[in-house]
Amino acid sequence: MSGITAIEVTKRFNGFTALDDVSVTIPEGSLTALLGPSGSGKSTLLRVIAGLEQPEAGQVLIGSEDVTDRPARARGVGMVFQHYAAFKHMTVRDNIAFGLTIRKRPKAEIDKRVHELLELVQLEGLAKRYPSQLSGGQRQRMALARALAVEPSVLLLDEPFGALDARVRKELRSWLRRLHDEVHVTTIIVTHDQEEAMEVAGQVVVLNEGRIEQIGSPRELYDAPSNEFVMGFVGPVNRLGETFVRPHDVDVRLQPEEGAFEAMVERVVHLGFEVRVELVRDDGQHLLAQLTQEEAEQLELERGQIVYVRPSRETVFSRSGGSPRSA
Amino acid sequence: MSRYLLRFGVLGYLALLLLLPVGLIFYRAFEHGIGHAWDAVTTPQALHALELTLLVAAIAVPANTVFGIILALALVRTRFRGRGLVNAIVDLPLALSPVVVGLALFLLYGRGGWLGGLADDGIRILFAVPGMVLATMFITLPFVVREVVPVLREIGTEQEQAAETLGAPPLQVFRRITLPSIRWAVAYGVVLTTARAIGEFGAVAVVSGRIVGKTETLPLYIQGQYESFDTSGAYASSVVLALIAIGTVVALRAVHPREEESES
Repeated sequence: MSGITAIEVTKRFNGFTALDDVSVTIPEGSLTALLGPSGSGKSTLLRVIAGLEQPEAGQVLIGSEDVTDRPARARGVGMVFQHYAAFKHMTVRDNIAFGLTIRKRPKAEIDKRVHELLELVQLEGLAKRYPSQLSGGQRQRMALARALAVEPSVLLLDEPFGALDARVRKELRSWLRRLHDEVHVTTIIVTHDQEEAMEVAGQVVVLNEGRIEQIGSPRELYDAPSNEFVMGFVGPVNRLGETFVRPHDVDVRLQPEEGAFEAMVERVVHLGFEVRVELVRDDGQHLLAQLTQEEAEQLELERGQIVYVRPSRETVFSRSGGSPRSA
Repeated sequence: MSRYLLRFGVLGYLALLLLLPVGLIFYRAFEHGIGHAWDAVTTPQALHALELTLLVAAIAVPANTVFGIILALALVRTRFRGRGLVNAIVDLPLALSPVVVGLALFLLYGRGGWLGGLADDGIRILFAVPGMVLATMFITLPFVVREVVPVLREIGTEQEQAAETLGAPPLQVFRRITLPSIRWAVAYGVVLTTARAIGEFGAVAVVSGRIVGKTETLPLYIQGQYESFDTSGAYASSVVLALIAIGTVVALRAVHPREEESES
């Protein structure tokens, strides 16, 4: 097991800069998410670490070893791809055994290891099936077992749940979290889904346009985003001039109050415990308020109603970074 | 109703265009009994033609299979200058008349041609097996490439990359991942290549010089027999040629009977 370090990595594709002088340290044994919109460079960074892309500049260290010039096969990484990359002509057993077969391990050892892994990823009894006979979630767990079979020093997951439906995705997320607690291998997961990143990872690296915007725990990113981009990416946000307010920090009152402004209720959306209120100010600015069901019931909000709105906590970004303040 | 029309239309078209003529060949070949037909195809000249046909195919088919796979890999998996041109050139044998192919080889290897000097060094290309193999390879070049390219595109590179991260060196990736994924495309390409190699007439006719009993392949022999009014001999040998072709297709079906089903 080892940590991962990328130092000043730059990668270009036909003049498009996918990674621009990126440096990041992934602590040993951690589960880190690379989070960003598509085209932000998160997958490219993962593939550079895996050795599937060669950077124009910079270094990649796994543990204390410089692996920049090593081919992917000699880096000791386990990789899981978004579309499973299952070996279609092999059974589940042969898929998982692949890395060990390449290493010419004795059959008895391979069988034992495959058996353990099938148990770990809860696919017991499916060893003789072909990938086409498995569900998406099962295929991805098989791919994970295959990556873990060679006891990689790092595990790299490229949008591993991206091709799965929402329910399976949620299940696999918490399963991956538990698996990591069991296996403890240094893991990077690439995702564009902020909820996924925050739920699964201990550390989140936010990327945008080939650069790192912020590195921190999910809580740090949410409570102290270093800039507008991060604030907007890790959760919904209202922009009021130069200040940013999260919808749950918008207080809605029926009576005028000091510091509050007038707004009209445009729409009330009931999502169970959460009630989302879409408001519009008289200057035409839209904003979103997030209330609990209880709060909403007390207010008895209706479309067209005039209410008074006051941010309870707002954030202003100076050039040098964010400075959240409470009002 | 329209479904029946479609079905009968297709069947009728096939029957009239393909089954009837080929069936007639079989009928005429066995008109005077199986013994007569057997005698006609086992004359020394006919046997030699059959042997030569199989020899040419036995060299040209494996060569174009290996080269076809390499070419397909180069076209799909790499970017190089002139890739579009190479892609177009691969289709050239399909577009060019075989007679033209034969003449082109004749110009290259013939007396006064760029490589015509080879004959003086004792390396006979024209009017010999090497020329016939070259002509057949030229004609049958596209089949494996054209079958393999779309399959390579479809399977993508993720499986190969996964194998790579699992420690497989390039040759192992090819042998264990790429080749099994394209095996049916290769097999189908081989069948088409074989069928075409065995049946090739025009190009081989030009470069072989059609020396009776020496450089005559089965198609050349058949035409020769027909022209010398030995029609039953021509029909009998045609049946041999047809049986080889049918055998190739059946062999493929036997090992891969569920061609219509996808392998996803």
